[in-house]
Amino acid sequence: MVDIYVMGKHYAVPEGLTILTALEYCGYRIIRGCGCRAGFCGACATIYNFKNDPVLRYDLACQKTVEQDMYLTQIPFFPAVKAQYDLEQIKAAGEQILALYPDIVKCFGCNTCTKTCPQELEVMWYMSDALRGDIREVALKSFDCVMCGLCAARCPQGLVPYNVAILCRRLYGRYLAPVSDHLEQRIADIESGKCNSDVEKLKKADENELRRLYSERDIEPAY
Amino acid sequence: MYPHYIEESVRKVEATREARLKETLPRLSVDAKTPLLQKFHPDYVAGTMRPLAIGPNKGDSTPNEIADLLEANSRIDPDKIDLSKPDYDVDVLVIGGGGAGASAALLAHENGANVLLATKLRLGDCNTVGAQAGTQAADRPQDSPATHYLDTVGGGHFHNIPELVEALVKDAPSVIKWLESLGVNWDKNPDGSMHELSGGGASRLRLHSARDYTGLEEMRVLRDELRNRGIGYVEFSPTVELLTDDKGQVAGAVLANMETNELTIVRARAVVMATGGMGRLHIQGFPTTNHYGATADGLVLAYRAGAKLIFMDTMQYHPTGAAYPMQILGQLVTEKVRTLGAQLVNADGAQFVMPLEPRDVVAAAIIRECRERGKGIDTPTGQVGVWLDSPMIDLIRGSGTVARELPAMVRQFGRYGIDIAKEPMLIYPTLHYQNGGIKINADGATTMLGLFAAGECEGGVHGRNRLIGNSTLDIFVFGRRAGMAAAQWSKQANPGALTLNHVRQWQKNLNESGLAQKRPISPLLLPDYAKAIPDYMPSYAKESLKPSWMKLA
Repeated sequence: MVDIYVMGKHYAVPEGLTILTALEYCGYRIIRGCGCRAGFCGACATIYNFKNDPVLRYDLACQKTVEQDMYLTQIPFFPAVKAQYDLEQIKAAGEQILALYPDIVKCFGCNTCTKTCPQELEVMWYMSDALRGDIREVALKSFDCVMCGLCAARCPQGLVPYNVAILCRRLYGRYLAPVSDHLEQRIADIESGKCNSDVEKLKKADENELRRLYSERDIEPAY
Repeated sequence: MYPHYIEESVRKVEATREARLKETLPRLSVDAKTPLLQKFHPDYVAGTMRPLAIGPNKGDSTPNEIADLLEANSRIDPDKIDLSKPDYDVDVLVIGGGGAGASAALLAHENGANVLLATKLRLGDCNTVGAQAGTQAADRPQDSPATHYLDTVGGGHFHNIPELVEALVKDAPSVIKWLESLGVNWDKNPDGSMHELSGGGASRLRLHSARDYTGLEEMRVLRDELRNRGIGYVEFSPTVELLTDDKGQVAGAVLANMETNELTIVRARAVVMATGGMGRLHIQGFPTTNHYGATADGLVLAYRAGAKLIFMDTMQYHPTGAAYPMQILGQLVTEKVRTLGAQLVNADGAQFVMPLEPRDVVAAAIIRECRERGKGIDTPTGQVGVWLDSPMIDLIRGSGTVARELPAMVRQFGRYGIDIAKEPMLIYPTLHYQNGGIKINADGATTMLGLFAAGECEGGVHGRNRLIGNSTLDIFVFGRRAGMAAAQWSKQANPGALTLNHVRQWQKNLNESGLAQKRPISPLLLPDYAKAIPDYMPSYAKESLKPSWMKLA
């Protein structure tokens, strides 16, 4: 068994549980602070330390295995600054980031955001890319962000890196990513009715005919 | 890092790897699939389903866990609820905060409706965020909507509803473009063409992905857009019953605050149900890939109000759930791992199924390998599994492919000391998806006037088995269609006085049939994973002393 402390109270739980399942093992029924239970949604962002080690650590409760003498709590939710914008009315120019999030100049490079990120992203580096107006770099470096909010929770300057990051990714996807010609072409084909007759034939085919066509269809190699 | 006795099997997998790189197993014929499914797919296990005793689908079979909730008692007593002063009065109420719900809310809003979105947990707590592999759309020159159609109905064993499949495949390219115009970052080649991959049961490279965070990328963009547009949403507010009007049309909902039990009455001229799936019911005891709130609530609400369901006797077991380590037992190992070239291999290092067969076929083959042939690997928890040989990917596609294409999987297994670029992954089928659901037409309209449905809670488009990448497509195609249709309907709807008469009638029927005492209350809202604490409360005081959160449970 592993000794853990939930908000200061001692429990012994079996080895191999995650922070989330350990809380449930102790009898806690969770409503907040639990979402996909698989490391994608960011709902269970958590801060913990150890009995004899006050340094705070950060992780996702659904992924982190409990360890001996862990002190656990689920962090409360608090709202973060988010700029409201109409993506169609703004430009994919570097100044845009600063216009919507002027506070990012207050970053003094303490790197707490990076140390806090349970996805181990280079948060401070993408914030400095944002300051320089490099939308593409922010998009790339922040791509695996689950928007758990830990970076914002711990930023001493009250910045919200994850919202700066999604602004940049959206600007990149909307304006900077190269256009896909074959996608445009196919949409035009469908709108002009060019694809209708082939689909119509299949809709009208009986099951035997569909089975035959399915068995005989050619299959493109996977790689 | 695996336990020592498992490492022995890893050595066998490594020993056969080079020979297997050149070995392609044939696909099974349509006729060969049937006996495999009937003998090994969980849907066919005797005694695990039963015909419904009550309601619009009386006599139709569904898993016992779902039947219990469909035949269950309401959480509320209509006589105790005042409907005369609704808290909200909107054109369109969207129930559910995942990909389908967010799409429906955006499209209803665009079509002039005053929209409220209500969701049980947070906006974006849904199965969409866990979808990794990609979204299908036939947009390459060597592909076509018709080819997509044929793959989809073949995967669904030719039971799919033709009009729904038509909508799915013809809307698909414009859905990809819509998402990009909202700022989704698709994986692309330098010339802008889409970087597309194959998938189980797909005859063309058709999967559009965003690394292996596709669903997360789609959802976080839609959520951000909902906030940008100022569309109203309420969180931690599950719907506990729909409201109807005196003409029997759906006209709103009763929401309950998850933490305080306080009720909120919403009058709406149209309702879109987008509550997702049922994985947290753990059909047949299977672990699941689904999010915490996937408890089939929408099915229950719609069914009780009188909507017809379809294909409720077919569940999808994803072939590759994690079997080891125990921390991530049952969690999704994306099909993209097979798409990129990883084979399925038994304890001896031998392949036993073509890895890109449709999901039900692969799942059945894995179960056969473990149960009948005894070629699985036992893990310390007792969970058996087979190998998914991920190190093949870098050998086939070049060093660094795993790191680039599968960052979420690398991260997830890396936490437990397993480097999936160098070591294979242990997997076993896990409960993943509800193939059927609320019956809809191509506009997302259900059999109840005023009620629309979109996403995993509706059924018909996938027939009896869904293909990879058709679910994150379904949520946008039918989310958009349902949102648009609901907005249009709301302009012509002429709702009468709000009632809960359908709930009164339901309870009367339950009482008369004797089911009321045998069944629980529903919707379930959340699974109960907390350790059961013995109940020491004296029976004479039980009801009056019970704290409110216990009543919600």
